[in-house]
Amino acid sequence: MAVTTMIGAKIHRREDPRLVSGEGRYVDDFTRPGMLHLAVVRSPFAHALVKSIDVAQATKAPGVVAVYTHKDFAKVLSGSMPVTPSFVAEKKQSPARFPIADKEVVYQGEPVAVVLAETKYQASDASNMIDVDYEQLAAVMDLDKALEAKSPKVHADGPDNLAWDLTYIPDDPAVMKEADVVIKTRILQQRLAPTSMETRGVLAEYSKPDGTMTVWMSSQSPHFVRLFLGGAMGIPENRLRVISPDVGGGFGAKISPYSEDWLVPAAAKLSGRPVKWIESRTESLQTTTHGRGQIFEVEAGAKKDGTLVFIKATQYLDAGAYLGTFAAFQACACLLAGGAYNWKHVSARTVGVLTNKVPTDPYRGAGRPEATHMCERAIDLLAGELKMDPADIRRKNFISAFPHTNHFGLVFDSGAYEKAMDMALEIAGYDKLRKQQEEGRKKGKYLGIGLSSWIEICGFGPSAATAPATGGIALVESAQVRVFPTGSVAVYVGTHSHGQGHDTTFPQIVADTLGVPYDSIELRHGDTAEGPAFGYGTYGSRSLAVGGMAVFKASKKVVDKARKLAAHLFEAAEEDVVFDQGHFYVKGSPDKRKAFGEVAFASYGAGLPEGMEQGLEAVAYYDPSNFVWPFGTHVAVVEVDAETGHVDLQRYIAVDDCGNIINPMIVDGQIHGGVAQGISQALYEEVVYDDESGQMRTGTFTDYILPSANEFPTFELGRTITPSPTNELGVKGIGEAGTIASSIAVINAICDALAPLGIKHVDMPASPDRLWKLIKEARGTNHNGKGGS
Amino acid sequence: MKHKVATTVNGQRREHEVEARLLLVHYLRDVVGLTGTHIGCDTSQCGACTILVDGQAVKSCTMFAVQAEGKSLTTIEGMAKDGELHPLQQAFWDEHGLQCGFCTPGFIMAASYLLSQNPNPSEDEIRRGLEGNLCRCTGYVNIVKSVQSAAKAMNGSKAKAGEHSTAAGRS
Repeated sequence: MAVTTMIGAKIHRREDPRLVSGEGRYVDDFTRPGMLHLAVVRSPFAHALVKSIDVAQATKAPGVVAVYTHKDFAKVLSGSMPVTPSFVAEKKQSPARFPIADKEVVYQGEPVAVVLAETKYQASDASNMIDVDYEQLAAVMDLDKALEAKSPKVHADGPDNLAWDLTYIPDDPAVMKEADVVIKTRILQQRLAPTSMETRGVLAEYSKPDGTMTVWMSSQSPHFVRLFLGGAMGIPENRLRVISPDVGGGFGAKISPYSEDWLVPAAAKLSGRPVKWIESRTESLQTTTHGRGQIFEVEAGAKKDGTLVFIKATQYLDAGAYLGTFAAFQACACLLAGGAYNWKHVSARTVGVLTNKVPTDPYRGAGRPEATHMCERAIDLLAGELKMDPADIRRKNFISAFPHTNHFGLVFDSGAYEKAMDMALEIAGYDKLRKQQEEGRKKGKYLGIGLSSWIEICGFGPSAATAPATGGIALVESAQVRVFPTGSVAVYVGTHSHGQGHDTTFPQIVADTLGVPYDSIELRHGDTAEGPAFGYGTYGSRSLAVGGMAVFKASKKVVDKARKLAAHLFEAAEEDVVFDQGHFYVKGSPDKRKAFGEVAFASYGAGLPEGMEQGLEAVAYYDPSNFVWPFGTHVAVVEVDAETGHVDLQRYIAVDDCGNIINPMIVDGQIHGGVAQGISQALYEEVVYDDESGQMRTGTFTDYILPSANEFPTFELGRTITPSPTNELGVKGIGEAGTIASSIAVINAICDALAPLGIKHVDMPASPDRLWKLIKEARGTNHNGKGGS
Repeated sequence: MKHKVATTVNGQRREHEVEARLLLVHYLRDVVGLTGTHIGCDTSQCGACTILVDGQAVKSCTMFAVQAEGKSLTTIEGMAKDGELHPLQQAFWDEHGLQCGFCTPGFIMAASYLLSQNPNPSEDEIRRGLEGNLCRCTGYVNIVKSVQSAAKAMNGSKAKAGEHSTAAGRS
């Protein structure tokens, strides 16, 4: 029996000493002998024909070694960038995408040429000397207008701008008629730039004699990049090594492969020298995939007593100019439209729309923040119509029996939604807050309290469900546990840690399972040349619930072999051997024990049981039986200044349940960061394009607003623990939870604050100018709002 | 045309010939070879490249290397002394003040300047004092705690050691 001393403990991160010392190693910190620097020449237009490219001047510029365009890359790259089915198996169209434009550019920032030079300054200089003759075409920028028959086409030769149109469940008019009150709303999920603090970057080195390619890149899933890049370049996996070293944040935007992930290795092959490219922040905002970018039309109905009847969701997803590799993943918002509640009927349809913008792809939460937002807003609107307290309508309709199969056939594994909400309300002092609100309103103060009871599907995922969604590769996870002769342990995993602390938490699992000291265990990840043949990567809050389970499973395989060997050494029957706190002994004789390390040493020696091979190591692939389903309730408390439109986020309470906990410090950290990102969507962030020209107006951090420490209060956290029955560790995911819950908690709070003015809806970001206009309008038309009374 | 630039980096004298346009952050990373100072935005918003120039916090992407002539520069690599982490480094570790770690060097340098100016900052003063630095992972909760905890440790050690100060940049 394994001893549990490390699982659940607050262990400080072992990755931190190097990171706080400036000794982290991110892609830009690597150099190779003879390395060239690559700069990308990009389209300044959202839509144009490329008439000609004159590279003569650039080629002669100081330090320039080569200039490559489409025709050069066509010699070493083939095929189209990958697009997976995700949640929409059949697409109406998915435009072919080569990593560099040929005759037509379809979004601002699309590569048209690259320059290779001895220094990055020289590469940058020369990239400005390339003369591209463009013929500008009409750009499709507005999601609403893109599907109109008279709309220009995103691709000049495209049939229209429709990427997909799928109804998961149609409406049930009979059920809809049962509702006593019905609300309708339209929710804009603005485009967001994921903006990890480290931008993307690629360094590639090709050995012509060996035919081997080594690529260092900032990626959440190096094995996937190897799979796809190998295909594009015709290099088998055993000669293509992708190393994802320290990565400065990903948030979903470093899962899918990018143009530069192809162009940089191809340039290394073409030039015969190592090549590095590091994305600038403007390039990042313009060309790293965006998140969200959706419009939801939502209709919901309830009985007079607050019983929920139906919710109907239509999602319009701005896919951009090409489909991102996991573009249709965000359609999962439809499958979770019903949220944490019992509805008689849920109907949902997703429509994917092409526009002349950079593609959208998963960004922290990916579909689940959108689902939570629409459902939780609908609940509050229904509560408003019914004059019910928002907490009461939730309590009345929460799903309370598990496992629960929702309308789309998804099985919620476990939950205790009311308990989490009660804790959140208690921490918030909900009743007292409502009284304060009432008193404040008499004095013209706009205090608002917003609730968000969220659920999440994560831990992707069972092979039966995920292999079809990726086009063949199941999203299981791998781990290898190696016990060396003197008992130290190396663990190799297919997940990738870029802030999540796996170097710390996975060894916690191994320490308990093998009963060996935590300090004797080393975790390695991010290098496709090490460990199991394939790793699936880190995204979708899956690393612990899937990857951690692979680590657990591989560790148990090791213990099983060690137990067999121990039985042999004791000359006892295997079933009589006890494994306890890192020691083996025969039942009844705990004094005559052998440490795990002794057995490990023996495993490399002579005299093993018949048929047993030397060594003590194991590979495991873990295929979960289901997804996992964390949940919780968040409460935001805001005060809106009606004169300026400024939102003062006074308090933020988050109660989350992610099942059993490996390391509470890290779980809290994940929630803090997630909550901040969701709040940031609610109040600050928005990618803005000019409607006419298609130019991005938020191309630097001057215009794309990321909040600083000064914009947030200290979040107040609480936790309930409802173990997952899906896996032996009883764990769920927590990486995305905060983001999933928080944007709507803040928006519900703002709408609650402004309810006396009759304001029921505010678009995100709820910026001061937007709120000021809304308030001004409401005061002009609503007598009750006069003077803010 | 190249220009001579002589600086002191983490206590060591450095002399190089550089282009006039070379940014200080590129000088530190590519010429001196200290890659702990990071680049996150190119427009002086994110603070990942914050270092101390003669004890003052400076975003090193806002300066040319030649402007550092004769100046004393402290980067994250110069914070630990005699194998001991600086109290701020220790506090960021203890309080889980970092996740991906990319912004962390800049935050530690900015915080060291803040504490040199205000050894006992309130939570509000810390939040305002660090508003030139962006973090995408932590929601700032534990960064604030880290600075509070470092301030406590530094004030404690100062009280114990009399004149001895562990705050880098307090020159």
